[in-house]
Amino acid sequence: MAAAPFDIPALGDPARHPVPAIKADAMAASRPYVAAEAHQQPLGFPGELTEGWEKRAIDHMGGLLSKYRSLQVFMDICVKCGACTDKCHYFLGTADPKNMPVARADLFRSVYRRYFTPVGKLAPGLVGARDMSKEVLDEWYSYFHQCSQCRRCSVFCPYGIDTAEISMAARDIMDSIGQGQKYCNEIIGKVHKIGNNLGLPAPALIDTLEGLEEDILDETGVPVRLPIDEAGAEVLLVTPSADFFAEPHVLGLMGYAKVFHAAGVSWTLSTKASEAGNFGMFIGNYEQMRKISMRIREAAQELGVKRIIFGECGHAWRVAYSFLNTLAGPWDFLDPRYPVPQHILEFTSDLIARKGIKLDKSGNDGMVLTVHDSCNVARGARMGDRPGGQFTIPRDVIKAAVPKFVDMHPDTICDKTYCCGGGGGLLTDELIELRVKGASPRMEALKDVVDKEGVTHMAAMCAICKAQFTKILPYYDFDREMVVSVHQLVSNAIVLGDND
Amino acid sequence: MTIFFAILFCVSTLVLVAGLAMKIAQYARTPAPLKIPTTPAPLTKGGVALRLGREAVLFESLYRANRLLWLFAIVFHLGLAVVLIRHGRYFQAEIGFLTQLVQPLAQPAGLAMVAGLGLLLVRRFVSERVRYVTRPSDILMLVLLLGIGVTGMAMKCVVHTDIVAVKAFFTGLMGFELRPLPNDPLLGLHLLLVCLLMIVFPFSKLLHAPGLFFSPTRNQTDTPREVRHLAPWAARLEEK
Repeated sequence: MAAAPFDIPALGDPARHPVPAIKADAMAASRPYVAAEAHQQPLGFPGELTEGWEKRAIDHMGGLLSKYRSLQVFMDICVKCGACTDKCHYFLGTADPKNMPVARADLFRSVYRRYFTPVGKLAPGLVGARDMSKEVLDEWYSYFHQCSQCRRCSVFCPYGIDTAEISMAARDIMDSIGQGQKYCNEIIGKVHKIGNNLGLPAPALIDTLEGLEEDILDETGVPVRLPIDEAGAEVLLVTPSADFFAEPHVLGLMGYAKVFHAAGVSWTLSTKASEAGNFGMFIGNYEQMRKISMRIREAAQELGVKRIIFGECGHAWRVAYSFLNTLAGPWDFLDPRYPVPQHILEFTSDLIARKGIKLDKSGNDGMVLTVHDSCNVARGARMGDRPGGQFTIPRDVIKAAVPKFVDMHPDTICDKTYCCGGGGGLLTDELIELRVKGASPRMEALKDVVDKEGVTHMAAMCAICKAQFTKILPYYDFDREMVVSVHQLVSNAIVLGDND
Repeated sequence: MTIFFAILFCVSTLVLVAGLAMKIAQYARTPAPLKIPTTPAPLTKGGVALRLGREAVLFESLYRANRLLWLFAIVFHLGLAVVLIRHGRYFQAEIGFLTQLVQPLAQPAGLAMVAGLGLLLVRRFVSERVRYVTRPSDILMLVLLLGIGVTGMAMKCVVHTDIVAVKAFFTGLMGFELRPLPNDPLLGLHLLLVCLLMIVFPFSKLLHAPGLFFSPTRNQTDTPREVRHLAPWAARLEEK
C-alpha cells in the first residue's frame, strides 16, 4: 500500500454504482504545472499572459465556434437534464461537482453565453453568464485539466454532447493566450525536436531494439528482428514510444515483432515516426495534430512501405483511425487492399482467424485475464469492418492466447468503459491525487472480478492506460504487474519456428 | 384583445421562424472538421438516420443513462406531441387525419404533459446534482411550459372557452383577416404564454430540438478510413 496524503476512495459493488454526495471545491486546488515560455514558444504559443488576454481569449473562442460545429451546437443545446452527472470517473472519484460533465461544460458555457448570446448579454444572471476574468481562467485551468477527454458523458447525453470537445476548446484557448500546460506542451516539443514523446534519440532507439532482439533470441532461440528505418519493408509500424521504454509496454512490442516474424511479413519502425501518440488532440489544436501526423506520411513515403499499422495506444488509435486520413491523407500511394491505418490487433486477429499464426495457451498458464477497454478505442474509433469490432477483436485475441478470460461488470466495459484516470494529457505526477481517485470506478470493477472470478491480470491496449495502472494499482493494494499488454499475452503464447 | 393578439402572434411567429432559421443556418454553415461520432456508430447514412430517429423519438441514450429521468422526459414530450397535433384543429378548415386520430388521446396527453413537467420541476429541487447545475432560466422554462399546460387543461376541463371562435380567429389570422377572440382571461393567459414560448425558443436551450440533428457525435457515419473527410478551412492549411 503506497502511503498517500489523500484519501483513497473505498471500492464498492460495481453493480450498484454508489454515487457520492457532492463536495464543493474538493479538487479546486488540483492544477498541473503551467508551461514556461520554453514549452510554449516551439508550438507558437505566447509564453505568458499579457495585458488584454481576456479579449484575445474571447476572440479565439469566437474563432473556434465558427470552425467547430460540435462546439457551437454543444454550447447551445444542453438542457441541464443531469443525465451525465454521475457518469464521469473524476466526479465519482472526487465528488467535486465541477467534475460533473454538465458543470464542467458550464464553466465554458457561462462565458460563451456572456459574449455570444443575446440573453447572456442582456440578463447574465438569468442564465448564469459570466465575464471572462482571472478567476474564471483559474477555474478553467484547474477543471479542464480534470477531464481526460474520455467521452463517457457523450455516450449517455440525449444529444451526444461531448465534454472532450469542450475541454479541447478550452485548452486551445488557454494555450492561445499563454496559459499552457507544461506536461502536454513539453511532450509536443519533444516530438517536433526529437521525434517522440519520451525524447528518445535515434541511437537510443536502435540500441533498445538490438537489446530486445537479443532478449527474444535468448528466450526462444529464434532470431526475431525488430527493424528500424528499413526501406522497402511491407509494413510501417507506428507505436507509442513507451513501447521502447517500459514494462509492460516493451513486452507488447516484442509480441508485435513475433507476430510479424511468424506471419512472414516484412516490417519496419521509423526513427522519424517513432511515436504513435499525438498530444495535439489533448490540447485541442488541429494544426499541431496535423503537424505531428505528417511525420507518419513522410516516413511512409521515404521508406516506401505498402501498409501502416499502429501499435497498442488508445488516443493514438483514435487520431489514427478517425483523423489520420483527414490530417495526413490521402493515402493513395499505399496498397489499396488494406485500410489505412490498421491496428496491430486487427492484423493479429486476422492471422489467428486464418490460422496464419499458432498460439499455445499454456504460455500463459495460471493466468485469469480481464480486459480494460480504452476510452479512445471504445468510443472514438473502431477495429475491423463492423461497428463494435473494437470490443470483439481484442477479446478474440486475448481468448486465443489465455486459458481463462472474464469480462468486468457490463456497466464498466465496451462503450461504457471507465477511463483509467490518466488519459487526456493528465498522466503527470503533480496530478496524482486526481489520477488515483479517477481510477476508482475501474478499480472497483477490477476488484469485483478479482474477488469473484479469481482474475489475476488485466490486459490493456493503450500506453497511457498501462503507465497509469502500473502507477495506480498499488494504491488499491494490487500488484503493479497486474496490468499486461494484449500483445504480451500473444508473445507468451505464440509458437515460433515452423509455421506451416 | 383581438388586435393585441393578432399583432403578437404575427410577431412571435416571425421571431420563432426567423430565429430558428438563423440558428439552423449557423449550425449548417459551421463545419465539422473531424469525424467524431461516439462509437460504435453506424457505417451508412441510413444507419445514421435510424440512430437519430431512435434518439429523437425514443431518447435512446437517455434511456441508457437514467431510467427515471427518461420516463419523465418521455411522458412530457409524448404528451406535448399529442397536444400539438391536436391543436391542429385551430388552424385547419378541414380537420386532418392525424388531428382526428389523436382526438381521444387529448385529455390524457394534456395530463401527461403537465405531470411530466411537474416531475421534471420537482426533480430540479430534489436531486442534489441537478440542483447544482440548475439556473433560474431552467426553472422559468419549466414554469412557462407548465403555465401553458395548466391553462390549457383548465379550459378543456374546468372553464370552457368558445373554441369555435378561437378557431375562427386563427383561421382568419392565417388569411390576414381579423375575427374576434373570446374575451376570456384564461384563454388570454394561455395565448400570452404561448407567444412568450415562441419568442424565447430560438434563444434558449429549446434549441436542443433542431440541435440534436446537427450533433456530430450522433449524425456522422463511422467511415473515416474509407472516405477522406476534410473541412474547407482545414483544406486551406494544406495549400501552405
